[in-house]
Amino acid sequence: MPNYYIQSYIPILMLLAVVILLAVGMLVASYLLGQHRPTREKLTAYECGITPTGDARHRFSVKFYLVAMLFILFDVEVIFLYPWAVIFKELGIFGFVEMLLFLVIVLAGFAYLWKKGALDWTKADSGGL
Amino acid sequence: MPPAVILFTLVKILLLLVVLLTAVAYAVLFERKVVARMQSRWGPTRVGPHGLLQPLADAVKLLTKEDITPSSAFRFIYTMAPLLSLVFALLAFAVIPFGPPLTLGGVDAFQVADPDIGLLFLFAVSSMGVYGITLAGWSSNSKYSLLGSLRSTAQMISYELAVGLSVIGVLLMTGSLSLRTIVDAQAGTYWGFLPRWHVFPQIVGFFCFYVGAIAETNRLPFDMPEAETELVAGYHTEYSSMKFAMFFMAEYANMVAVSCVATVLFFGGWHGPLFGPPSLQVVLPLFWFALKVFCFLFVYVWLRGTLPRFRYDQLMAFGWKFLMPVALGNVILTSFVIVAWPALSRFWS
Repeated sequence: MPNYYIQSYIPILMLLAVVILLAVGMLVASYLLGQHRPTREKLTAYECGITPTGDARHRFSVKFYLVAMLFILFDVEVIFLYPWAVIFKELGIFGFVEMLLFLVIVLAGFAYLWKKGALDWTKADSGGL
Repeated sequence: MPPAVILFTLVKILLLLVVLLTAVAYAVLFERKVVARMQSRWGPTRVGPHGLLQPLADAVKLLTKEDITPSSAFRFIYTMAPLLSLVFALLAFAVIPFGPPLTLGGVDAFQVADPDIGLLFLFAVSSMGVYGITLAGWSSNSKYSLLGSLRSTAQMISYELAVGLSVIGVLLMTGSLSLRTIVDAQAGTYWGFLPRWHVFPQIVGFFCFYVGAIAETNRLPFDMPEAETELVAGYHTEYSSMKFAMFFMAEYANMVAVSCVATVLFFGGWHGPLFGPPSLQVVLPLFWFALKVFCFLFVYVWLRGTLPRFRYDQLMAFGWKFLMPVALGNVILTSFVIVAWPALSRFWS
């Protein structure tokens, strides 16, 4: 049945449509029912009662970029394990050894990152990376 | 598809959403009540008997509050962020089987859809939720929001690795990504008394999954993004009225989703003892499923009432240096046992 795959996604698309309608409906309802008395102070960003100074979009720690990059690197490997796991029983010992070789390479990279301090959050732990 | 099937599917979807949103609303009340009793308080008691109508009162209040958009915010993204969070949180329920296959009018009654890649779909949708949080923090143009959303994003993507690795053990044992097949693989018992739930052979995987999932839903003891004593409210500091409520609903819907997934993958889904007349046997699986989900929700609240918050560097170190290697070790160990099982059983017998 060639269109079976498409068919099993139609209910998901229907749920998506209903959920989007629901969320938009909530926003519209709160817009219609809520009050609207804006003042200049009310519309400033919250900074514990002090007048906000400057823009909030400052530079932030490079650590966050590093975490994002590491996530992409390792997530690709995790996803690579999924199809392998599904057909693992058919692959048998061959599949096990192959994946072990792959994981050894991944783990070597992981160990390098760990040693380099990329997984440490504070400068004191990582020797200033 | 014939129109009748589309109609039945629509009815099923609407029923699912009604049940789900009620469950989400009462999960909030449940949490407030249980945490209150853990702290020797009463919790909400005024609205209705035992405070049972509190969620209704909250909904009316949040709907009629003033919706404030800060003048420095990026208005379009600011509005879209809570929408994204809620839509993806609710979409995750599309593939969860709530009960045994039961066809009514050409439609499976207890599951919206059963694609072959159900689990992959689930992870794809649940990781889209990060966008809501990142965009909310960035578009608010408030320092607290930005800091909260940065922390939250880094935390969620870090723990996603551990969660992704922890379920591979289950995949190795069942050989399928379809959630219904995974549940069916857990029917019956080991040695006649122990349920064939994946949690017993996969106890390490379950531990990694649950800890990672708690961190991914930003709940205590990992609720770093909204550490209220330092970041006001984290990424939703600037949000008010229904937009705030939508973030709130998304958080609780995610909690319910995680509880459902934990039940499906590790605790046998709807399987449980069946007895009584046929009419009772139709309802019992749903009852077992709901009971298991309820237990997980209770554990969420219990953890919140018991544990203090982690420090941020401890949190990241725990995710990367402990949870991920342990989950990976579990994958290697499970695959080794499956490969070596014939030889091992010969050795013992």
